[in-house]
Amino acid sequence: MSAAASTDEVQTVVAARRLSGARTVFIGVGRPSTAAILARMVHNPELVLIYESGTIGAKPFHIPLSIGDGELSETADVVVGVPEMFNYWIGAGRVDVAFLGAAQVDRFANLNSTVIGDYDHPRTRLPGAGGAPEITSSCGEVIVTVAHSRRTLVERLDFRTTVGAGDGPGARERLGLRGRGPTAVITDLGVLEPDPVSAELTLTQLHEGVSVEQAREATGWELAVAERPRVTEPPSDTELEALRELLAR
Amino acid sequence: MARLLSLGDAVAELVHDGDSVALEGFTHLIPFAAGHELLRQGRRDLELIRMTPDLLYDQLIGMGVARRLVFSYGGNPGVGSLHRFRDAIEHDWPHAIEIEEHSHAGMANRYAAGAADLPFAVLRGYAGTDLVAHTNVRFVECPFTGERLAAVAALRPDVAIVHAQEADHAGNVQLWGIPGVQKEAVLAASSSLVTVERIVERLLPRPGAVVLPGWAIDIVALAPGGSQPSYSQGITRRDNDFYRDWDEISRDRDRFCAWMEEHVLGTVTAP
Repeated sequence: MSAAASTDEVQTVVAARRLSGARTVFIGVGRPSTAAILARMVHNPELVLIYESGTIGAKPFHIPLSIGDGELSETADVVVGVPEMFNYWIGAGRVDVAFLGAAQVDRFANLNSTVIGDYDHPRTRLPGAGGAPEITSSCGEVIVTVAHSRRTLVERLDFRTTVGAGDGPGARERLGLRGRGPTAVITDLGVLEPDPVSAELTLTQLHEGVSVEQAREATGWELAVAERPRVTEPPSDTELEALRELLAR
Repeated sequence: MARLLSLGDAVAELVHDGDSVALEGFTHLIPFAAGHELLRQGRRDLELIRMTPDLLYDQLIGMGVARRLVFSYGGNPGVGSLHRFRDAIEHDWPHAIEIEEHSHAGMANRYAAGAADLPFAVLRGYAGTDLVAHTNVRFVECPFTGERLAAVAALRPDVAIVHAQEADHAGNVQLWGIPGVQKEAVLAASSSLVTVERIVERLLPRPGAVVLPGWAIDIVALAPGGSQPSYSQGITRRDNDFYRDWDEISRDRDRFCAWMEEHVLGTVTAP
């Protein structure tokens, strides 16, 4: 029996499970990369990992620090340039699932990764858009992983870098965005999913030992809650051992 | 036919104060040696163009070289902030810089339009984001289908500088591994410099390599190790520890300046 899973481990394991049926996943560094490699180890050995550096079908043994580490291009099925990556692979909708993080997320899963404060005189200048806007408009679906706090899950974004469900139902279609957009926000407390009618993020799943009240308290808007939120299936020994082994490499 | 010059002579000839300069390399093959030579030669007032400013532009911005920055992702990959980039935008240190930011897709298409000598590129992007109000993007209607598409202006830098694994004596260049947007940057620019790890008698074909014919490049300069702490696939490794260390080195202005003095300004140009 493995030692009990930390909240961090639960969040990664839950993210990895989301990839069990995907053919292709687009990932950045950090938790997304860990989750995708874990998914290949445990759930979906055929999963094609795509990094925005142009490495398609990368099979890293170690968790890469950057999206362009040598191990990614050395193990990839094919390595392409950036214009090809964004135009032929992402823009054309060839990627099933993308993982993204963000500094701020609103109730419609719109994302901010540009500034905190005013654009011209920001309190905190964040890295900026990178690939996120077009990844979110064109990939089949997007899974967002963030820490569950009022700082991150906010009533109002300081800057809309990336469009989730926009201003609500129908907004993506009006803007001509072809993918489904964010289908889940996985946090350290649970999982939020867009309501099929209102498109508003709704608490549908809680990790073991977390209460609805805790999730509400850590959310910057009046959080909608499913009638009966599911409880996250705790990480299995297989999942936990694989994750810990991966992190120790 | 590209001329083979020393790095010092190449930078002195191609890059002038006030120029728009693109030093490209997407995580891989970042031309650090050439960027450091710009600093040693005291270039000022540059418009710096790069998809991912990375540590190299953090250093150039912190040393006060940039008048303007055109970019799409200003972070230290996998580590966090670029502190000099942030300090310039948040606190105007060492002076205020103008910024123009895009998405990666936008920047990549701007380079591709520049390489094709087209005035603009179209893509599905930007729609519904706050970038629209803060950057140079327009929307056009497809003349065939009526679809509304984003249009971004071609990038035409005065100078493009990239790093590659090897060149032959005629200045033909070959690079492999992650190719980024270097081919597009070189072809989009008015003039170009390629620094290389080594000069070889013959370029041996490699799977997936990008070859730039010597006649499409102005100058080739030898700069072994010239992409460190980034890397040149097959020759050097990415120095991930340094990328982590940079977080501390660059956080404090004095420590940053002392580091640059010791490791960049106080060093001599490779012959």
